[in-house]
Amino acid sequence: MPKKRSIFLGLHADPSPGLRLLLAILPFVLLLSVYVVASEIRHKANPHDKLLPTISKISKAFQKTALEKNKRSGTILLWSDTKASLKRLFIGISAASVVGLVLGLNMGLLPGARNLGLSFVTFISNIPPLAILPILFITFGVDQLGKIMLIFLGTFPLITRDIYLAVRKIPRENIVKALTLGASQAGVIYRVVYPQVIPRLVDTVRLSLGAAWLFLIASEAIASQDGLGYRIFLVRRYLSMDVIIIYVAWITGLAFCFDLALRKCVAFRYPWYNPKADN
Amino acid sequence: MTDSEKGKNNYLLYLEDVSKSYGSKTVLNDIDLAVRQGEFCTVVGPSGCGKSTLLRLILGQEQPTGGQMLMQGKPIGFPGPDRGIVYQRYSLFPHLSILDNILLGKQLSRSILRSIRNRKNDREEALRYLESIQLAEHAHKYPHQLSGGMRQRVAIAQALIMKPTILMMDEPFGALDPGTREMMQILILELWEEYNMTIFFVTHDLEEAVFVGTRILVLSQFYTHEEDYVSGTGKGARIVADHPLHGEKALSTKVKTTAEFGQLIQEIRSQGFDPEYLQNAREFNLKHPDSFITFTEIP
Repeated sequence: MPKKRSIFLGLHADPSPGLRLLLAILPFVLLLSVYVVASEIRHKANPHDKLLPTISKISKAFQKTALEKNKRSGTILLWSDTKASLKRLFIGISAASVVGLVLGLNMGLLPGARNLGLSFVTFISNIPPLAILPILFITFGVDQLGKIMLIFLGTFPLITRDIYLAVRKIPRENIVKALTLGASQAGVIYRVVYPQVIPRLVDTVRLSLGAAWLFLIASEAIASQDGLGYRIFLVRRYLSMDVIIIYVAWITGLAFCFDLALRKCVAFRYPWYNPKADN
Repeated sequence: MTDSEKGKNNYLLYLEDVSKSYGSKTVLNDIDLAVRQGEFCTVVGPSGCGKSTLLRLILGQEQPTGGQMLMQGKPIGFPGPDRGIVYQRYSLFPHLSILDNILLGKQLSRSILRSIRNRKNDREEALRYLESIQLAEHAHKYPHQLSGGMRQRVAIAQALIMKPTILMMDEPFGALDPGTREMMQILILELWEEYNMTIFFVTHDLEEAVFVGTRILVLSQFYTHEEDYVSGTGKGARIVADHPLHGEKALSTKVKTTAEFGQLIQEIRSQGFDPEYLQNAREFNLKHPDSFITFTEIP
């Protein structure tokens, strides 16, 4: 008689579908309730507590930043900040993916390009991007370009190196096979290697987005007139935890959605890439 | 043009004094080989003896350290459409459907404009090949959705559609189970007859080599001096035996059970596969009429 499998504990645990959902939700519920209780306790001691605003205070702040037009700027703050930030993020990460893809493909396939570029890119990737932020601001200005350059420089070395590794992982046999099918050198790159590394590029971008957000918010915090990072660091001066919480939750939500969208895109467009995922 | 040069041009594939070393390690030493159009040439030898290295040299994937390699009288260059290849793995492109995998050769060898114009014809041709390997209903699947045997069938069709002068196969059935393997052996013989191909077939399975080939080459270490024999160090591999096999191939696996078949296998095994048995270069068993050996001085 085999032993019954436990529902939660141990190596052989087999939670039921309902329990799995419950387990996934549980940490969120716990975090929220701890917050509510702590905020309640602090407000009992001091009704004007700013550190842990109550849910009603947060929703009032949400009303002000996300639904009503700001009196001074005439725009909905959350929306205009999001637009400004996403534009920087999008341009920076797009430029990084294009450059990373081109460099990675060339370095992976062509021995000449590999010798020329690999040690240099490895060297560049070790420069802490935030450390050269002052240089970027001096060189490219504190306006858009400086911030975009920070995101670009912070993410492209990693994308390049990852694409390079992906190209190197394509078996030599696969490339020789293409040549025996009459492929030119360009044919090998664009018909055989390029389509095989595109899903990997999407995956790499997905993982690089975390770093991209970091660079975006850091650069906006230091010098900006708008943007999600700018707003967070602006309202910090007035200890407006309610606004900060809304912005952080919003950024987290955005980042989560991008991640999900990119993952679904790979699974849908490139079903051959992760064969195990489709059953 | 001298007589010997004319002779070289009569062969589809002509190798003379070909050697390959990696650093100080010699893998192939003085390979002499001439292959005619229509031959089904199988290559066997103990593992690590350089069978696949020889194949990669002919394919152009690697360059020989020395010697002459001609194909239809012209020196062999980088991999190209005149030499098709089927590997044990990695022959298929994982990002393309089965149909597109077979079509790829047609598209790669044409300009984009012409491949669009010929799209319909190419598709029909690819589908004909798919039917001849009995995979028409799997046309739109990806390689990872097929079994190992199916994948190798696709890889063969993918190479055949380019009508290569010679089809190279590097242990193509090595990863298949015995039943599938036997079916594939018969399939490749049928295709060989149907398309009048020349095949260069590397395998580690002696029985398979004798069954499918019209000629079997045994690659093994050899010695020239007594002291090498005593110390057991070879000089790199050479073709130590070259047998003609029955010209008319019987498309039945029954032949595998005949006494003659077993005897030949025994003979080859004792000559080429015994690691203790280094052969003297002057005692090679080169029975094939086309086999030759040029003695260059080995210090």
